[in-house]
Amino acid sequence: MENLLEVKNLQFSFRTYGGVVKAVRDVSFEVRPGEILGIVGESGCGKSVTSQCLMRLNPEPPGFFEGGEILYKGKDVLKMNKKELRQFRGKEISYIFQDPMTSLNPTMRIGKQIEEVFVGRKGMSAAEKKAKALEILKMVGISDGERRYKQYPHELSGGMKQRVMIAIALVGSPSIVIADEPTTSLDVTIEAQILDVLKNLQKTLGTSIILITHDLGVIAKLCDRVLVMYGGKIVERGSVDEIFYDTAHPYTKGLMHSIAKLDTAKGQKLQPIEGTPPDLFAPPKGCPFAARCEYCMEICKDMPPQTYELSKEHETCCWLQHEYAPDTDMRKKVTEKGEV
Amino acid sequence: MAEITKEQFKVVGKNTKTMESISRPNIGYWQDAWRRIRKNKIAFFSLCLIGLYVLMAIFVPMFSKYDIATQSVAEMNQSFSKAHWFGTDSLGRDLWVRAWSGARVSLTIGFAASIINAIVGSIMGGISGFYGGKIDMVIQRVVDVLYGIPSLIVTILLMVVVGNGVHCLILAMCCVGWIGGCRFVRGEVLKLRESDFVSAAKILGVPDIVIIVKHILPNIMGLIITNLTMAIPGAIFQEAFLSYIGLGIKPPNCSWGVLAKDGIAQLRIHPYQVFVPAFLICTTMLALNLLGDGLRDAFDPKLRGTE
Amino acid sequence: MAKYIAKRVALAIVTLLVLTSVVFVLVRLMPGDPFSSDKMTPEIKANLEAYYGLDKPLAEQYITYMKNVLHGDLGYSMKYESQTVNRIIADSFPYSADLGIRSLCFALFFGLILGIVAALNRGKKLDFVCILIAIIGTSIPDFIMGSVLQYFFGIKWQILPVAQYTSFKHTILPSIAVGFYTLASISRLMRSSMLEVVSSDYTKTARAKGLSDFRITFKHQIRNAITPIITIMGPTVASVLTGTFVIEALFAIPGMGKHYVDSINMADYTLVLGMTIFYGAFLIVSILIVDILYGIVDPRIRLSGKKR
Repeated sequence: MENLLEVKNLQFSFRTYGGVVKAVRDVSFEVRPGEILGIVGESGCGKSVTSQCLMRLNPEPPGFFEGGEILYKGKDVLKMNKKELRQFRGKEISYIFQDPMTSLNPTMRIGKQIEEVFVGRKGMSAAEKKAKALEILKMVGISDGERRYKQYPHELSGGMKQRVMIAIALVGSPSIVIADEPTTSLDVTIEAQILDVLKNLQKTLGTSIILITHDLGVIAKLCDRVLVMYGGKIVERGSVDEIFYDTAHPYTKGLMHSIAKLDTAKGQKLQPIEGTPPDLFAPPKGCPFAARCEYCMEICKDMPPQTYELSKEHETCCWLQHEYAPDTDMRKKVTEKGEV
Repeated sequence: MAEITKEQFKVVGKNTKTMESISRPNIGYWQDAWRRIRKNKIAFFSLCLIGLYVLMAIFVPMFSKYDIATQSVAEMNQSFSKAHWFGTDSLGRDLWVRAWSGARVSLTIGFAASIINAIVGSIMGGISGFYGGKIDMVIQRVVDVLYGIPSLIVTILLMVVVGNGVHCLILAMCCVGWIGGCRFVRGEVLKLRESDFVSAAKILGVPDIVIIVKHILPNIMGLIITNLTMAIPGAIFQEAFLSYIGLGIKPPNCSWGVLAKDGIAQLRIHPYQVFVPAFLICTTMLALNLLGDGLRDAFDPKLRGTE
Repeated sequence: MAKYIAKRVALAIVTLLVLTSVVFVLVRLMPGDPFSSDKMTPEIKANLEAYYGLDKPLAEQYITYMKNVLHGDLGYSMKYESQTVNRIIADSFPYSADLGIRSLCFALFFGLILGIVAALNRGKKLDFVCILIAIIGTSIPDFIMGSVLQYFFGIKWQILPVAQYTSFKHTILPSIAVGFYTLASISRLMRSSMLEVVSSDYTKTARAKGLSDFRITFKHQIRNAITPIITIMGPTVASVLTGTFVIEALFAIPGMGKHYVDSINMADYTLVLGMTIFYGAFLIVSILIVDILYGIVDPRIRLSGKKR
């Protein structure tokens, strides 16, 4: 199957008063048609910045691309001019933001905000636009669409607002939807509903979804493939099963141990990953996770690790896979892919 | 890439020292604010300029050989000269000494009125916000009504009643001036009262007065000082305005407003007589505005620790 | 919304009552007896005594006075023989209103543009220029602005007239003088409000929809950024009004402000008080209108009937 989107060696940084923050450091991945790709990592690891790069949503300046390319159906997003970008955003790739409370314009009616995606599209009457908007409202599970259409965001509950956000993202029938922690600011009960809506729509419309989250439970429930990000880099990638049952990076392992599972024995404590992520003003020259890693070796602090291919899908970026490394539970059968 | 040797693969484990390290130095609230004010060149320069004006206002009238009232027919409407640095006015009075005597009056009124307003407003707003209930309701109804009446109108009316002079001016300005501070402080206190650290202190049985002094005051002090700085230009402007329309300081005493009024009468022939007080008023207000901006940034917790 | 308006109207009425009562009390507190100054002719004195019922008890005086005020009758001038305060206000108010509206439009138009331009060019030279204009503008009192304008445009370069109020050319300098301070404060507020909106999440949503910068600015950002401006319109109207006081005197415009300043200087107390009530009522009503307008612009208030 041909890839919808290919990201190659993407590097994105922000110029600030304190210096340059390297938010995304050499990230490569691809998105396939009809899949749900999860990106997981803790706050500040660069997952939101990476995904916003795909639509050029990061403010430039202060942000700027240091290198790499983003190919959407063979066309480089980084080389698009303003007009092409306008045709691209919302129609080819769309974005669902983290906080539905603040992501809707408080002074514009819901219907209008949905229809806005069609601004500039020729040959579409007002009635057609409205019909589209009502149809999509129904699809995201908003029952009395006619009434909601005329309401303002503050008249809706949090879950409703997020449904509207999903409606806005889907109404232009994009081939990829980026959902940036779509349930973080919602109640747990609402969270499940919203995830169901996403999953169903993905099935019926065949849209690819990039799902950003720090919740491994969500990943397990929805995703086909997973990228694990840390310190602006992808440290491990693979199918959901490989990531969960064949963990090959200490950071991923740490994430697994820090969530409660049904089979967590009574009295057994959850293990948090101690410490804080590295300051990306001055990223460490070796592995970014070295300082917090229980397996840390001398080399980890001095040299960025190479990427090792464990299976067709499964890759990890860790020195533990090196032939000289001591045998640990991280050790997998590898074929070296080369240095990064 | 350098040769990879087997020795490099020795497991060292977690580095507990660096993983939690905080690279930024620990620095107190006031220290940090002062450091940032000093770093902000514009604000610091403004502070110096205001200091200079205050010193001039204190010392120039003390040591000048002229005084504000002596008229001299021989020296009417003279431009800048060695004898009269700012020239003389239409009655032959030395403008240098009049300008700085005016500064005394204008600055005194500006500072005194704003400080009194800030104190009264903070106390009223603090009580209203912290205790709530009936006291709050009474104060808020009074504030609501007074807020609706244009303050300048009330001040003018009061001036008509109480008469002229520095004290009367300050009194008149304070009758309604505290409203703004009260509303603002009440809002802040309400926010803080609901905050977790105040709840925690209450649960621990800390007495109200300690909560106010130790928890609430330090958190709004910066904002009060900023507001105070921003209020001084307003007060100076109000004094100038009242003097200008004939309700403020009466001759032979003078303030910057009086000087501007006298100067404007001579605008066609001797424009410098306007420009001297105009320059002083504008630079003072500019400096205070810029200082206020700087203070606001300096006290802004969101900007703490940044350059 | 109806509840909100009712509440605001009730508050305005109470405020008006308080204002008129305060004025009544202040009349009695005036130094000396304002009704027996040497300027007074027997005719005026007779008018005044009839109007205020000075021989009757205080409570009755108050009732008579309130009745008169409620009927819109503000009494007689002490200075101008047999002129009613109403007549003087009716003659002079159109000038003040004209000047006020002109300067308000001038300040709003350029203030908003300046603020928006500054915010959209944050950190660039254009932003710096806008900030500079704003901060200088807020540091120059209007009567100084007026006299400086008079000196340069009227006297030195002789481009524009410095006095009277008879043609459009005559209105330019006074309008700028009155409006400049307001312009500056509006532009500062608009800039910070725009900056907040520019970095808001819904701006990001709009960008993600693929809208043009133009559309984002005009359809999404300005409407949201402008709400704080509306909240300060009440005080702004007040400051423009006080601005007209001195500027009218400075430019010899026969408006209310000039009469007001003159009557203060001539100790024409009844005129001062009458005009004060008029000003107060005018301002209270305009602030009321502004508040209701605010409710209309911000749907959150319109429906819940509460402010924020």
